[in-house]
Formats: sequence, C-alpha cells, structure tokens
Amino acid sequence: MTLTAETSRPSATAAAGRARRVRLAPRLAPYLQAAPLTVTLLLFLLVPILTIVVVSFWDYDSVRFYPDFVLTNYTELLTSPVTWKTYLNTLKYAALSWAITLGIGFTVAYFLAFHVRSTTWQMLLFLVCTIPFWTSNIIRMISWIPFLGRNGLLNSGLISAGIIDRPLEFLLFSDFSVVLAFVHLYALFMVVPIFNSMMRIDRALIEAARDGGASAVQTLWNVILPLSKPGIAIGSIFVVTLVMGDFITVRLMSGGQSASIGLMIANEISLLQYPAAAANAVVLLAVVLIMVVAMLRVVDIRKEL
Amino acid sequence: MTAGSTVELVKLRKAYGATVAVDGIDLRIAAGSYCCLLGPSGCGKTSTLRMIAGHEDITDGDLLIGDAVVNDDPPAKRGTAMMFQSYALFPHLDCTDNVAFSLKMKGVPKEERRRRAGEMLDLVDMGKYAGRLPSQLSGGQQQRVALARALITRPGVLLLDEPLSALDPFLRVRMREELKRLHRDIGITFIHVTHSQTEAMALADLAVVMNQGRIEQAGPPRELFNQPRTAFVARFIGGHNVIEGGAIGGTDAGRCAVRTDRIQLGGADLPTDIQVEGTVRSLEYHGASVHLSLDVAGADEFAVVLDEARYFDAPVGVGDRVRAGWGRRDVHPLLA
Repeated sequence: MTLTAETSRPSATAAAGRARRVRLAPRLAPYLQAAPLTVTLLLFLLVPILTIVVVSFWDYDSVRFYPDFVLTNYTELLTSPVTWKTYLNTLKYAALSWAITLGIGFTVAYFLAFHVRSTTWQMLLFLVCTIPFWTSNIIRMISWIPFLGRNGLLNSGLISAGIIDRPLEFLLFSDFSVVLAFVHLYALFMVVPIFNSMMRIDRALIEAARDGGASAVQTLWNVILPLSKPGIAIGSIFVVTLVMGDFITVRLMSGGQSASIGLMIANEISLLQYPAAAANAVVLLAVVLIMVVAMLRVVDIRKEL
Repeated sequence: MTAGSTVELVKLRKAYGATVAVDGIDLRIAAGSYCCLLGPSGCGKTSTLRMIAGHEDITDGDLLIGDAVVNDDPPAKRGTAMMFQSYALFPHLDCTDNVAFSLKMKGVPKEERRRRAGEMLDLVDMGKYAGRLPSQLSGGQQQRVALARALITRPGVLLLDEPLSALDPFLRVRMREELKRLHRDIGITFIHVTHSQTEAMALADLAVVMNQGRIEQAGPPRELFNQPRTAFVARFIGGHNVIEGGAIGGTDAGRCAVRTDRIQLGGADLPTDIQVEGTVRSLEYHGASVHLSLDVAGADEFAVVLDEARYFDAPVGVGDRVRAGWGRRDVHPLLA
C-alpha cells in the first residue's frame, strides 16, 4: 500500500508530525475501501426495505395514512381468501414458467455447449439468443397481442389453412398468454447460467462416461445434468424471483382477467393504501426469500461464483 | 480375471483434414504384454491410443482386438478401458460411485456394484477413502481411483494416456512400480503412452518409438537400447552418440551410434581401436557417474559417461583437450 510505503522511509525532519497523521490510515484504509459499497447498499437497499417494513405497521383510511403500530394490515391480508387465491395463481405462473424455461434453457445450452463444435459458431449463436433483449420488455409483450388475438395472425392463418373454423380463444388474455410471455422474456436467464456451467465440464468426463459404457442419454443424466446443477439453480432463482414479483406482464397479457401478487400491490398503491401494499410486499419478500433459500439448500452454487 | 487380448494395428491411419497424425502404422501387441508407445509430443502416439480406445475415428486401416475388427465398435464393446491423463474422475461422485459408474450404466443392482467397487478400491489400496470426493484426494490417490474405475469393467486391454506425467518425481517412481506389479497380477494387456524413455525402459515388454506418425522401431527395451535402428531412436532413447559416416577416422562409411558409457578417456596411450580428440565443453557430477560433453568434429553432440572412480583417477576440467576412444565392437551402424 502506498501509505505504508511512505511511512517506511520518512524524511528526517518532518517525520514525527507526518508519521502520527499517516499511522492511523493503514487501520482505516480497509474501512474506507469498503465504505462506498456499504453506503450504497444501506441507502438503496436496507433503508427502503426498513421503510416498507415500518410503513406496513401504519394505519390508513381512504384519504391518508399515518404513523401507528397496528397489525391490521397483516391480519386483513392473511385472512383474505383473495390473497391466498392470488398467491396460488402467482405460484402457478412461477412453476409453469420455471418448468418451461428450464426445459428450453437446458436444451439450448446443451446444444450450444456440446453440439456446436467451433467457438466462433458458439459465440455467434449465443449472440442470436440475446437479440430479443435489444427491445424493451413491454414492446416484446405487446407484439404478441396482434399475433395471438382473436383476429390475430395466428388465428386467421389457421382458419385460412382450414385447420380450425372458429378462432382459438385461449391464445390471448389467458394463462396461456401470460406464461408464454414470461417464457419469452426470461428463457435467456436460464440459458446463460446453464451454458456457463456446461462449458466448465471437462470434455474428458464425457469420454470417460463413454468409456464406461454410458449411452448418450445416460451420460446426459449421470454426468452432464448433475454438473449443470449450479447453473440450473442460478437460472431458477432469476426466473422465479422475476415471475413472483411481476405485475405488468400479468396485467397486459391476461387483459386484466388474472391477478398476481405484484398486480395486487400495484392496485393497492393506486388506491393510496400504502400500508396495505407495504405489508403485502413484506410477505412477498419473505416468500421469495424462502424459495431462494430452499433452492440454495438443494444445490451448492458456491463454486460458480 | 479375464486374460489379456492381442491388439493388432494394420495400416492404421489418422488424418485431421490435411494433417496426418498417424501414417499407416502396423503393430502387433501380444496378449498380456506391457506395451509403451514412446515419442516426442506430436508424434502420433496419443492419436494411436485414442483410436485403440475408440475415442477417435479411424481414418483408414484396421484395428483388431482379439480376433475381431473393432473399427466401429464403441469403447465398451471393445473390451478396452482407458485411464485418462487428467484422470477424468466425475467430480460429483465419491470414489465408490466413480469406480461403480460403468456397472451402474450396465444396470448392476446398487448393492452388488458398491460391493464390487469396494473390492476394486481395496485392490488399489484406496479402500479407506471410498467415501471421498475426487477433490479431496491427492494426485496419486486420484490416479489409483482412476485405475480402479478402468479395471472394474474387466477389460482385456488397459489403455493409459501419460498416466505418470502429472505426478511428482518421487510418486512417479512408486506408481511405476505399482503399475508393473498390477500388470503382473492381473495379466491383461497394457498399452501405455509416454514421452519418457525411462518410463518405457522400466515398464515395457514392447517399446514402440514413434516419430512423425510412423513407427521408428518396435522391440524389447534392451533391443532398442543396444541396437537402435535409426539416429532418431538412438538420440531419443538416450545414452548414445550419433556419429556421421566417415567423419571420424576408423569408422565405417555409414552413420553409427556408440554408447556413451563405452567411451574411455585418456592420453596418447589410449588402447582403443578408434580415437578422437575433443575439448571438454561441460561437466556434470551425477554421483555414481560423471557426465562430460565434448566438442568433437563429426558429431553435434558427443557425451561421455564415466564411472565416478574412473573419472577421479584422471580428472579433466572444462576446456581441457582430451582423447576419447572406443572399441570397434562398440560401434553400432544405423540405417538412417
């Protein structure tokens, strides 16, 4: 460290005064170095969360909310059947999106990592995967609407091809379209970490498996899948937390016919019921944290980080 | 355990695009023998091994194991097992499951495969580490597990890809002894790729020196050492001076080799048939022997290995003019 280097050969006369001033620095230096990140986290993560927790105990009426310590926000939330139904619905979206993105993510990553031999093609195809990310989430969602609508491209195409004679109603403003949008939005979050995990697998292990008489499927199941687990866990955390907290996709793609916790919170905010929204957010945070911890329990991701 | 299988290569060739790695080699390895493929890096020895193992397609020619042509069979059907240079142990499985892997693939019930894996681990002296993950083992221990994993399929041929190169010198010598003991005990064919001639000398019944995709010479180590066919073999095996034809008075017209330990140093009264003068360029004390390197006309490298006692009877220093001589029967003519 430069500071200690300076103290090690002080100029004869100014030594005493300077040495005392500088000697404090080596002990302070680590704290100073950690300070920017600590301050950032405190200001932008911890303080907002604490604010939400505090506000969740406040009281409100139709025109204002005021400091207090009441549990009504929580009791109303947890005893309402609407909450439970909405949680169930959100969990359903999370589970479906997770399963489908996992299937797609694993397949795409496997193809990229083990079937594309040249590094150039690997990188090129990988970049192709990221193209959808060049536009905003909202645009990508809205672009499904003219495609899936009752008189949309898909329905009119199928009708003119004579495959169906009435428009398919389930395509848009349904659970189907919500999950479809989630998968479209978040599949890449699954592909990237799994691909990363797979690229770290020593190719000699695949040969060793073949040498031991394993078929391609057995190698996939006994070697590649277990060694991809950390990537799967990281991708799953991304997808599940994103879907659990979402409100805009559900609102747009279900046409307002379906609800999620995020949407419920958004509605409460628009009705100025901030304490209720805060209580809801605290519960959602707890639920998502429990899910993340559960996933980390199953898979040790430390070696990926 | 099963007896070893013969391995026969017939005009075996491997090309990667325009580059030829293995250029039509013929070789017959007797059942139960210990064969070392020896050569500098890029000589085609690893490609040859990988073709025998079935991890590399054969471009041309035939590979016979036992009596059958196995060119297109997968590794497990050939009755070969490979031990990889990096050991390639499955990092997520403990030693027992690593060793039992191929049994699991065959659908052997869990109890039986764990029992057999345990026996195999005992054979390589790793029984007490059965529950450890590969990352918790030292290099030498990982190697034993890799060996057990290769042997559990009861192969007729065990293929070893530079098995000792990752170990420290002390461990290398110990593992070398153990490989030899194991080979004697289980009696299957071993094919061992190495770039170390000491390893090949110590282990092989049949040493095969390869260079640029071709076999330079194949034979028992003693034959290679005493009758190297070419200058390449003489240089690679070591312990030889290659002397260009006619360069030194008294030698024949062709290139020849002289063993470095057959050369004597002395003055004008040196009683040998062939003599040459040179300057001592460097001097190394090796304990039992002293290695001198001389600048001599007619040979790029000219080394003399003297017994310690003989050197110190009449010591010479760097820069001294000395006379070196050897007998006519120590001269070994080379084909190329």
